[in-house]
Amino acid sequence: MRSVEVVEGSEAVALAVKACRPHVISAYPISPQTHIVEALARMVANGEVSAEYVCVESEFSAASVVSGASAAGSRSYTASSSQGLMLMTEVIYASAGMRLPFVITGVNRCISAPISIQIDHQDAISLRDSGMIQIFVESVQEAYDAHIAAFKIAEDPGIMLPVMVCMDGWILTHSYEPVYFTDQSAVDSFLPPFKPENFLDVDNPKTWGSYAEDDVLMEFRYSIHKAMQYAKGRIREIFHELSILTGRDHGGLIESYRTQDAEIILLAMGSVAGTVKEAVDMMRSKGKKVGLVKLRCFRPFPHEDIWEAIKGARVVGIMDANFSMGSEGAVGLDLKAKVCGRPSAPKVIDFIAGLGGKDLGMQSIEWIAQKAEEALYRDEPQIEPCWVNLNPAIVD
Amino acid sequence: MKITPGAVVKGGTSLAYKTGGWRDEKPVQDLEVCNSCGTCKEVCPENCVKVIEDRYSIDYDYCKGCGLCAHECPVKAIQMIAEEK
Repeated sequence: MRSVEVVEGSEAVALAVKACRPHVISAYPISPQTHIVEALARMVANGEVSAEYVCVESEFSAASVVSGASAAGSRSYTASSSQGLMLMTEVIYASAGMRLPFVITGVNRCISAPISIQIDHQDAISLRDSGMIQIFVESVQEAYDAHIAAFKIAEDPGIMLPVMVCMDGWILTHSYEPVYFTDQSAVDSFLPPFKPENFLDVDNPKTWGSYAEDDVLMEFRYSIHKAMQYAKGRIREIFHELSILTGRDHGGLIESYRTQDAEIILLAMGSVAGTVKEAVDMMRSKGKKVGLVKLRCFRPFPHEDIWEAIKGARVVGIMDANFSMGSEGAVGLDLKAKVCGRPSAPKVIDFIAGLGGKDLGMQSIEWIAQKAEEALYRDEPQIEPCWVNLNPAIVD
Repeated sequence: MKITPGAVVKGGTSLAYKTGGWRDEKPVQDLEVCNSCGTCKEVCPENCVKVIEDRYSIDYDYCKGCGLCAHECPVKAIQMIAEEK
């Protein structure tokens, strides 16, 4: 294989997983994730990957297989989307609680009903509180690199949590991009074999997730929170280490784009960040001081890094491709919670943008930046979220 | 004592954990009435009825006092007696 090739996003993810030498892969097909696991199934069948590929009848079973395999000390991988992630939810909460460090690709797609195969982040956001680490990527190249980092993050002895790499369906999984690959020897030096302290062993039987009463249950939640806090530093270090190895730097917990002197900062996750960068350049050429914070790591929430990037701005417009019905978007809620009360904090406005694949072009992003700027000249705070490209005329 | 990440504990400890302490009613046999039919052994969900020297005997270390044996006994040889602690 050459060091750079034009490949489909799903193939690139499968090649990254292959390079990580997984022992167990289990998945159930669902659009738009299917090509990833089809590619891995082909690689296993051809003997290119020496993993056990476990065919299952549902996503619940796929998550259960990788959870059990991980407890047995195997490097394990699965992928899913939308309804499939919903069906995995119970197992993912339990796996995080049992500190089982498998990697899962969350190919982002909206959730039924109404049924749709279009993109938004509602599926991944619905797993926000599970104790799983969530990393969002912008491009196919970033998806390839992030999967290699994900295993190292998950298996860090101080972390030991499942890691989900979230990538937008279709836009990333089904588009072809030139992708630079990392040498197998370099991946091997970066990612040592998985050797957990505890693993299922008939000669030394152990129980995972054993019964916890009211005197310790809360302490278990707190211990995962502590691992999440510790993970922030390790994720920065691991991404940095990988960037030195590959020569490709996608940022740490966040990526700041032209934020240095920006008065208006947009904050986005996933593939839309690429369009926002173009829009920022376009607005800059018109004299607008606009920048972008791309949130790479959603859980743990890197509010310290975000604050450093936005503290000099006057207004932050968050682009939430998810919506908590009856409230607002998840990133908006998080950032407001962490920014409110800080002295000289910029105004924070939540934009609900891109639900169900609603297109977000350069004009939409310029509109968001304008709305954010207009809010600066109003005295009252913008409490309610702002809906982008909404057509209220067709709503009763 | 510190908690272990993942609530990972040594396995195979069921025997060491005597669940009989959960009981508030104790099944007491009248061996004069018992006809050794074995129904109590069949229905016990905890496998607490053992055959010892040809008699059916209840293992109070693990009997949780559910009362199934007393309910099912065809000759009413088992009474549930309240236990005081």
